[in-house]
Amino acid sequence: MTEIPASTGSIRRRLTIQLMTGAAGLAALLFLVVLNIARDLAESSQDNVLFASATAILESVSVQGDDILADIPYGALSMLGNVSDDRVFYRISAGSEVLTGYGDLPVVEKQRVDVPAFQTAPYKGEDVRIVSVSRRLSLAARVVEVTVTVAQTRTGQQRAIARMSQIAALSGAGFFLVAVILAVLTAQSSIRPLNRLAVSVSRRGPKDMRPVAGPVPSEMIPLVTSLNRFMARLKTSLARSEDFIAEAAHRVRTPLATVRTQAEVVLRRVDRDENRQSLREMIRAIDESSRAAGQLLDHAMVTFRTDHLEREDINLGDLAADLVERLTPVAELKDIHLNAQLAENTQITGDAILVQNAVRNILDNSIKYSPEDRNVWVEVGTEDGQSFVRISDQAGGFPDTITSALTERFARGANSEGTVGSGLGLTIAKEVVEAHGGHLELSNTEEGTGACVTLYFP
Amino acid sequence: MRHFVFSLIALVWASAAAAFEVEGSYRFGPENGVRELRIISTADVEILVPLMELFLKQHPGLAIDYTAASSGELVTAIVDEQAPFDVALSSAMDLQIKLANDGFSAEHRSDATDLVPEWGNWRNHVFAFSQEEASIVVSLEAFEGLEVPRDRLALINVLRKHPERFNGKVATYDLARSGTGYLFATQDARTTETYWRLMEVMGSLDAQLYCCSGDMINAVSRGEIAVAYNVLGSYARARKDIADRIEVIDPADFTSTMLRTAILLQNAQEEKGARDFIDYLLQSAWGDDNLEAYPFRKWHLEPAETTAAMRPIRLGPGLLVFLDGLKRKRFLAEWFDAVQQE
Repeated sequence: MTEIPASTGSIRRRLTIQLMTGAAGLAALLFLVVLNIARDLAESSQDNVLFASATAILESVSVQGDDILADIPYGALSMLGNVSDDRVFYRISAGSEVLTGYGDLPVVEKQRVDVPAFQTAPYKGEDVRIVSVSRRLSLAARVVEVTVTVAQTRTGQQRAIARMSQIAALSGAGFFLVAVILAVLTAQSSIRPLNRLAVSVSRRGPKDMRPVAGPVPSEMIPLVTSLNRFMARLKTSLARSEDFIAEAAHRVRTPLATVRTQAEVVLRRVDRDENRQSLREMIRAIDESSRAAGQLLDHAMVTFRTDHLEREDINLGDLAADLVERLTPVAELKDIHLNAQLAENTQITGDAILVQNAVRNILDNSIKYSPEDRNVWVEVGTEDGQSFVRISDQAGGFPDTITSALTERFARGANSEGTVGSGLGLTIAKEVVEAHGGHLELSNTEEGTGACVTLYFP
Repeated sequence: MRHFVFSLIALVWASAAAAFEVEGSYRFGPENGVRELRIISTADVEILVPLMELFLKQHPGLAIDYTAASSGELVTAIVDEQAPFDVALSSAMDLQIKLANDGFSAEHRSDATDLVPEWGNWRNHVFAFSQEEASIVVSLEAFEGLEVPRDRLALINVLRKHPERFNGKVATYDLARSGTGYLFATQDARTTETYWRLMEVMGSLDAQLYCCSGDMINAVSRGEIAVAYNVLGSYARARKDIADRIEVIDPADFTSTMLRTAILLQNAQEEKGARDFIDYLLQSAWGDDNLEAYPFRKWHLEPAETTAAMRPIRLGPGLLVFLDGLKRKRFLAEWFDAVQQE
């Protein structure tokens, strides 16, 4: 079982949240700045119009004889109406005397005569923005300070501010939304190399111990380096254990052969039935062990060679003919007929020793599982551009449900009981075929009396 | 304390009843109407009677007290005497603006006010319910054998050429008494110098001054007056009985148009009825249904769409300028100089 490590939370989520928090802060800042600017702008634009209006009125004030005359230009007040529908108040005073207008309108206290003064104050139940401008006139040999005060309610200004703050809020929200999308995308793209590495490692075959070679972001180099180093160590230790198994099998097989010979010699000498029976049992057990050791060796060899696959031209027909010839004596011991149907010119590229090994194991199996006086067919040919070797027998066939489990190590079919074998034959064949880029097909013959194994090579 | 306030109001009321000059006081609706809507208006009552009766039919339990006054007296009643009116209807849009600007009006917003075009609504306080032109009304009899003038220059020329025929027979508003006349005069003066020349000519012909359009129209129809300048065209056109004796001219050089406006007064007692009445007025003025009882011409035109000669007077604080005490005094002095030459 693979143990899933405890999680300390998602990097992507953390990254997203951090980026979003930053964006929210910036959006709020944007909103406040725009709002402030809008308020300043609205206020100063109202101030400007008020100042223009007051100046126009002030310019219309003149002295005629002993009187101060004020001829308010129409535009002076209508310009205020052009900007907004606000209430407008004005007053013109000379010294402390009100000449005309709203006598109770407050006048803004001023530092200097020639500088306009602004103020916000309540008047007639509403907040008004007031400007006062002054000018000195000489009247009957004395100097009189004429002050024009113009005031306007602030509804239009407030409305403008409300409108602009709405725009500010919308643009802040829009900014935030875009930033959120970018944050999610950024987090995703920064996590992508990790995912890619995980996928590429998890997609590997069980034997694939090659180091990760693809380019990775610099932050991941330490991780990938340790991973590669770890895989190298694993590979070494796997190789070592395969070596160990092969060595052990090899060491066991030779003495076993000696033991078998001796057992047969003894068998010939003993007469009592029960002793002969136990000796036969012994020989059978030795055969089984020896065959298992042989397959273990084959398998170790296959494992080793598939890692460093040799590529040479192989004629499958020749290869099969050679095998049939070599196994005919074994088959004849059980009165089994080996029938070969070999097409010419079935060339593949691959490791001859491995392919031979695979075909031999299958053929071996067929002979082993067949009862006496049956047929085994070996066929070599080309199908849909693929070269194949097909071995079929009359040994009863695979169980109804042909599963991939049959090709796993040490798995044996339900009908294999009572027959010597380790269950590695199909595994070896499968590994060889797949190492060559082909595939193995298991089926039963059409009559249903036997198994059919086909090795396809591209 | 409360008693004191009451007696104070009673005192103010008593003095008010005497102080501002009423042209007519009318009552419509059930005698024992529980609620009484008090309207002060510059419009002649006859014009609005059908509309008010329709309105009362839809609002049982409501009666209308209609006070007709000149626009100047209307302001006196509301500002100086705080007379308890609910709605003020006036053709002097400058005075209405001043009332609203100085805080004597209340805000009103409804589906009906949404019908009013933007230029006919000032801060949801002043609502236009008709647009009317300042016309020249001439007596056809007096112009027999003469070409009827189509603009001010033509009018000046014809008056100059025939002083004997027109002497003592030209008329216009008395600006000292009529707010509408003052509004038309100031807007004319703002627009063209020709106005002053016309006033000079009229002054030289011993111009007669009238308080109201109705009187001038009647005088023209009787032949006492040959030319009445700046008369409400709608009044003259409405008089079918004298249509064969007069001609109403919208001057081709420019025709000022003013807005009749309604305001809801700040201290309205019958506020609900007042709002309903204003809505009814605006609905019949700007709504799609053509109500027979609506007495004014329906324009439904943006000021920009009217002919170039139409000069709509815009609602806004600019109108306050000629109401300024100094400005008004000077304008009136100049005007009387021109019109009353001894």
